[in-house]
Amino acid sequence: MARALVTVPATARRGEVIEIRALIGHAMETGYRPGPDGKVLARDIIRKFTCRYNGEQVFAAELHPAIAANPYLAFFTVATASGTFEFTWEGDKGFSQTETARIAVT
Amino acid sequence: MTIRVLALVLAVGALAAGAALAGADARKPGAAFMGAATQAMQRDDTQNPAMLWVGDGEALWRSKDGGNGKSCFSCHGDARASMKGVAARYPSFDTHSKRVLDLGQRIGQCRQTRQQAPPWRAESRELLALESHVALQSRGMPIAPPREARLEHAAARGKALFFQRIGQLNLSCAQCHDDNWGKRLAGSTIPQGHAGAYPVYRLEWQDMGSLQRRLRNCMSGVRAELPPYGAQELVDLEAYLAARAKGMAMESPGVRP
Repeated sequence: MARALVTVPATARRGEVIEIRALIGHAMETGYRPGPDGKVLARDIIRKFTCRYNGEQVFAAELHPAIAANPYLAFFTVATASGTFEFTWEGDKGFSQTETARIAVT
Repeated sequence: MTIRVLALVLAVGALAAGAALAGADARKPGAAFMGAATQAMQRDDTQNPAMLWVGDGEALWRSKDGGNGKSCFSCHGDARASMKGVAARYPSFDTHSKRVLDLGQRIGQCRQTRQQAPPWRAESRELLALESHVALQSRGMPIAPPREARLEHAAARGKALFFQRIGQLNLSCAQCHDDNWGKRLAGSTIPQGHAGAYPVYRLEWQDMGSLQRRLRNCMSGVRAELPPYGAQELVDLEAYLAARAKGMAMESPGVRP
């Protein structure tokens, strides 16, 4: 199931500082917890998050095992031109998800 | 003499007004006992992790399933219109199965009888997703348990359970949630037991959960024997909690610490 919510203002003035929010559903299994059978569960976390604005990286984050499930990231950038934000989450077990959002800058 | 009568009338009037005021103000939702950050998380749909489940639930609402290839949408149409206020009326007495059912059980029954699909397991991702989507349509509406004798019987049984001491700690629900609300139980503030926000995303669980999960959680806290999911005791307690919170606004899907 598609399980990410990204929030980007639909419109902004050129030069305006805008807030961007990205929430994704992910278990963020730490790799330190024992499962019901007593064996340690393999680590399964998101390692890297990047946000590109018209192809240029404006924000990136490295995620670690102590971060809670369903990580939420909020950050700011300056609206420079109309275009597309591309959000990518990459992690263990080949996890990769990409979401996009459009913005109109006047 | 007339002055004394007038004074008496005034005093009685003031008492009645005071009682009405106390009645209006005494009940607080669970959200009132949370920190500001958690309250903000619940208020803002772009921060609320429960909205991930709502999104899934919306997709499930429209996906065909079961023997006769129907989706929820096939019969009910858009949930935004047809499910408005529905969650606020649950648990309800179901005339088909002649039982009091909570919202999750009602969804399971609809799946079995209408869609001819197997019901989802209690606390499964699918059930919580669909339940969240349905409950969201009642957000802000007053909790309105139907006036139905058999539902009221269930609520009365639930009330008895609420005051029943259970577990190795020998505590009843009422001893915390009526007598000691607002005080601390270890690190957390005890709320008043008004359950208008379920299903909730609980930060401690890092997951969504139903009211039954919350009730079982409390029972395990007092070291009592846990009734299985769907047990009559849990549904009775849910019916009592709905009657107790009657008229309060639904917050679903909520966030809890």
